[in-house]
Amino acid sequence: MLYRVTPMTRNEPPITPQLVAEHGLKPDEYERIIKLIGREPSFTELGIFSAMWNEHCSYKSSKVHLRTLPTQAPWVIQGPGENAGVVDIGDGLAVVFKMESHNHPSFIEPYQGAATGVGGILRDVFTMGARPIACLDALSFGDPAHPRTRHLVSGVVAGVGGYGNSFGVPTVGGQLRFHARYDGNCLVNAMAVGIAAADKIFYAKATGVGMPIVYLGSKTGRDGIHGASMASAEFDDDSEAKRPTVQVGDPFSEKLLLEACLEIMAKDCVIAIQDMGAAGLTCSAVEMGAKGDLGVDLNLDAVPCREVGMSAYEMMLSESQERMLMVLRPEKEAEAEAIFRKWGLDFAVVGFTTPSQRFVVRHGGQVMADLPIKELGDEAPVYRRPFVDSAKQPVIAPGAVPPPISNAEALRTLIGTPELCARRWVWEQYDHVILGNTVQRPGGDAAVVRVLDGPKALALTADVTPRYCEADPFEGGKQAVAEAWRNITAVGGRPLAVTDNLNFGNPERPEIMGQLVGCIRGIGEACRALEFPVVSGNVSLYNETNGRAILPTPTIGAVGLLDDFMRSATLAFKAGDEAILLIGETQGWLGQSLYLRDLCGREEGAPPPVDLDTERRNGDFARILIHENIATAVHDVSDGGLLVAIAEMAMASGIGAVLTAVSADIPSHAFWFGEDQARYVATVHSGAVDAIIARAGIAGVPVRRIGTTGGEALTVPGEQPLSVEELRARFEAWLPQYMAGTLVDP
Amino acid sequence: MKSAVVVFPGINRERDMARALKLISGREPSMVWHADTALPPATDLVVIPGGFSYGDYLRCGAIAARAPIMDAVRAHAAGGALVLGVCNGFQILCEAGLLPGVLMRNQALKFISRDLFLRVERSDSPFTRGYNAGQVIRVPVAHGEGNYVADAETLARLEDDGRVLFRYAAPDGSLDPAWNLNGASNAIAGIVNAGGNVLGMMPHPENHVEPEMGCTDGRGLFAGLVEALDRAA
Repeated sequence: MLYRVTPMTRNEPPITPQLVAEHGLKPDEYERIIKLIGREPSFTELGIFSAMWNEHCSYKSSKVHLRTLPTQAPWVIQGPGENAGVVDIGDGLAVVFKMESHNHPSFIEPYQGAATGVGGILRDVFTMGARPIACLDALSFGDPAHPRTRHLVSGVVAGVGGYGNSFGVPTVGGQLRFHARYDGNCLVNAMAVGIAAADKIFYAKATGVGMPIVYLGSKTGRDGIHGASMASAEFDDDSEAKRPTVQVGDPFSEKLLLEACLEIMAKDCVIAIQDMGAAGLTCSAVEMGAKGDLGVDLNLDAVPCREVGMSAYEMMLSESQERMLMVLRPEKEAEAEAIFRKWGLDFAVVGFTTPSQRFVVRHGGQVMADLPIKELGDEAPVYRRPFVDSAKQPVIAPGAVPPPISNAEALRTLIGTPELCARRWVWEQYDHVILGNTVQRPGGDAAVVRVLDGPKALALTADVTPRYCEADPFEGGKQAVAEAWRNITAVGGRPLAVTDNLNFGNPERPEIMGQLVGCIRGIGEACRALEFPVVSGNVSLYNETNGRAILPTPTIGAVGLLDDFMRSATLAFKAGDEAILLIGETQGWLGQSLYLRDLCGREEGAPPPVDLDTERRNGDFARILIHENIATAVHDVSDGGLLVAIAEMAMASGIGAVLTAVSADIPSHAFWFGEDQARYVATVHSGAVDAIIARAGIAGVPVRRIGTTGGEALTVPGEQPLSVEELRARFEAWLPQYMAGTLVDP
Repeated sequence: MKSAVVVFPGINRERDMARALKLISGREPSMVWHADTALPPATDLVVIPGGFSYGDYLRCGAIAARAPIMDAVRAHAAGGALVLGVCNGFQILCEAGLLPGVLMRNQALKFISRDLFLRVERSDSPFTRGYNAGQVIRVPVAHGEGNYVADAETLARLEDDGRVLFRYAAPDGSLDPAWNLNGASNAIAGIVNAGGNVLGMMPHPENHVEPEMGCTDGRGLFAGLVEALDRAA
């Protein structure tokens, strides 16, 4: 084998098996490195490999399964593999979006972990030339009674808000859940959405030999070194010691970086651009070169540093935030530099592209790394890890669940639980109206955000039901997609595409791998059936502490399009004397329902199955009612079942309802609280009911009238009326009281 | 109405403000960079919008108050011309000495983003002539530091001189501590200087100007300014 220049290793520690292990590389992976480069790597090179080959960057455990997901549709401009997915929305515009996790850092240092999670995903979006218009966050925390939970919720919410509010993007939606399985591992999934000109999307692929590679943004410091490797390992009791690997966010710099980047993009200065996210300079430089079949020669002496004496190793692995790498058109370099100087940002030429396909790193006159650039990414190990399918859970018949309390009492209790209570405490800390385009604010099925001056708008949501995924990964994966599709439909949106953020435990355990594989299969099946391709995503594995994994949590972020946001629906009742319709069939599915878990103390059974044809048929019908201005309010039925959905419509409006539906075939509590899928509640003028039901019959969609709006109380057949005001007070109470520490027994 | 919106690095509601100004005055405002030293000729109204100027890592607005453009803004105000500061703009005007008092952290130490109700205290000001005295308007707030504080003497002077233009109120216009969420002294949401030509306010009227977005209660402020300037011309 041809021996290339051996990088200098002066002042670098010798490579030992222990050092290799500390870099998260297995002995066989290290052998693979030696075979690939024909010699022992230098210390800097070892760091580079660890950054490129960890789970977070290489997707080595999930890759073979991710490839099965549908990623194409006529409206998809860019699928997975770039910084974010890109979808055509007409009028020469594209929506650019992605969701990403920042779980491990947020558990160690909640404020900065969450803040930099938001910063990272925003950067992914504006790197592609899009101006961010909205963020969403999907958060999972441990048992409310766990001593650490309140601290994490408080810090994470403040961090998400602190970054987004200052950067100037509205945070318009998301999820919040509590479950003991997240006690040792909270999840922070952040999604960003931007708008770009469809013909001015910017990519990472470098072109042209000898082109200057430019470093932009904040200076490089010692923060975040090995962040990506940390994200690829389990936690144990010593995880606190990893606090120094958490980066610190600076939304002010990011805002400047956004404006500067968009300005130089508008002036056509940019050939290729890549943000420095996980594994910072290493990942971004390798990606730009490898995608363009070019080599990269970096001179670290030119890298703007925050502190003196930083080694090549530290610079290559730093995850300091708010940094970008670009290949600029040489003739535009001066113009681009002037723009960056105007915004007060660092600008430095740190290297150039070469024809060699080598990744060369120089520092202090020495070559610190000299590696084959394509192989760094392409030859990362790919594992077909063994997996076992999760055991099927028994179907629980409605009759097998005796009701512990009346339906009215059950509703009163459920809407005050951590799972179903109002999230106002969270989203009132997020600026959700900045930019002046938020048509539907948080609290509805999906947020609706106007595009430019309208009438187009985007419907945005993030969904998953982890307890379903745990009980049946395949059905749970399907359900996550179906629910996102349903939430977009419920506001009148046409579902376009999704981003998937797959959060799981240790994939080296076959049962965890089985969850991952099952969920991906379910997501793939649902996305194919609903023509809802996956255009971007992120995988976060090793979410476990001391051997206890999180619930499988494949969060689905979804985007839909409204051609005219004036033809959209909200969930609040609009007036009295309107008919309440139920779209979809009810079998009273109580397995894995919140009724069964939170009222009967049984977290068990098979989750509700998702029939994708029915899902589509029912949803298309609901959407037509919205577009034809027939439906005055629409809400999808999900967690908690039908009665909870109706209560939410009442609480949002202050208008009550008298419910009349009874079901002869199933017990009433299963009818009102079963979590059967593919259902919506809609209100219409009473006179329109017969025509709608006839029309639904032709479309093969079950629709029945279940009551009438009006009054100030919600009345369940045969039970005492419930004051809507009192329900609302209970609904709003739990979270603020819990966070203030005034609950007696969380 | 010829308006100029001052843009400091880190300001992030300048587009919202520009959109509202254009919508209501029919004229695109000039965007003025913080490093500039002069306002565009014949500027009628200077607006300092919301955001986090220079990151607001120090006291809010403290750096912006010392930016090069601020001498021009001070001169504009000294000549009796109109200056509007919203949110961070209010904080900057206080730091710049154009308005008394200071904006402290919200009482509950958390950022607040929601609609609140403001009682318009008087309608004989160029900023409020689009409203009736006592009218209640719904306007969003989005701030972590909107708790207006001034010493007793200053507060007494503001009240005696009728310089409080907006107060946080209940939907029926009554003053209720439960609706004064940031804990501002005297429920103050907006005040003017002694000359009545410089207004600072925490809420965002610029976000409530379009009927299709659900609420137009913020329009009156801009419409009133246009009318005041037309009348003066």
